[in-house]
Amino acid sequence: MRFGVVRFPGSCDDVDALLACQRVPGASAQLLWHGDADLHGVEAVVIPGGFSYGDYLRVGAIARFSPVMESVIRFAEAGGLVLGICNGFQVLCEAGLLPGALLPNVNRRFICRQVNVEVVRARMPFSADMADGEVLSIPVKHTSGRYYAPAAVLESLEADGQIVLRYAHDANPNGSSNDIAGVTNAAGNVFGLMPHPEHAVEPLSGSVDGLKIFTSMAHAHG
Amino acid sequence: MTTRARVLVRPKAGILDPQGVAVERALPALGFEGVANVHVGRLIELDIDEPSQLPAICEKLLANPLIEDFEIVSEP
Repeated sequence: MRFGVVRFPGSCDDVDALLACQRVPGASAQLLWHGDADLHGVEAVVIPGGFSYGDYLRVGAIARFSPVMESVIRFAEAGGLVLGICNGFQVLCEAGLLPGALLPNVNRRFICRQVNVEVVRARMPFSADMADGEVLSIPVKHTSGRYYAPAAVLESLEADGQIVLRYAHDANPNGSSNDIAGVTNAAGNVFGLMPHPEHAVEPLSGSVDGLKIFTSMAHAHG
Repeated sequence: MTTRARVLVRPKAGILDPQGVAVERALPALGFEGVANVHVGRLIELDIDEPSQLPAICEKLLANPLIEDFEIVSEP
């Protein structure tokens, strides 16, 4: 599996994401520059966390129009695996690859802490190595992480099984609708989440649960 | 001929606006009573040759129609 990690001006978790991808057995990873529309033959794309384009206008709004994103959109529409983490999730929503939007946290504060998320839908491309009901310990660190979608969209996400991760009971840190921590598109090949799995891949940092998302992608790709 | 335009972007009604709530809660502490329904949005000012493009500009970039409403105010 060859991962590509996009680097925007203002990305700050791109190197951690790159290192997380490289921990997957048999995988390699490279950076993809935002101004380069060439995806260089990678087999999965990771949009990392950070403050792309300074979060100007709205989180993710400007990054969505960068040359690399036009290629990522075509890659996703052709069935390629795309993972968006935190700011990457915001970018994918702005790009229309994922439903909904991320709003400022209900408490208006920057939240940085370990949270428990429950696997709602295992055996999907991004949860292939997980079990239904499994609880993962992964950190969040964001100011705008409140997942919002209109009621009708939330109903269809629930009915169609597009919610992969939910904040565990009483652990919703930001006021997200339906405790949603991570959702996929209808086809299941694009996934966005606010928690940072790339920060939970090393025992010294307290949890290696995040690695399962990256290994799942490799197994789903085969 | 360019037109000076203002675009007002507001959080959609019904979606919790934590900034507006924070401002509203701060006012009584300063002695200002009787202020309600505070919402914080954005003001974007621009000069544009073709004002007819403004709605598309707003929908595509300046606002996210899922979570925000926009209002275009052109100056004569």
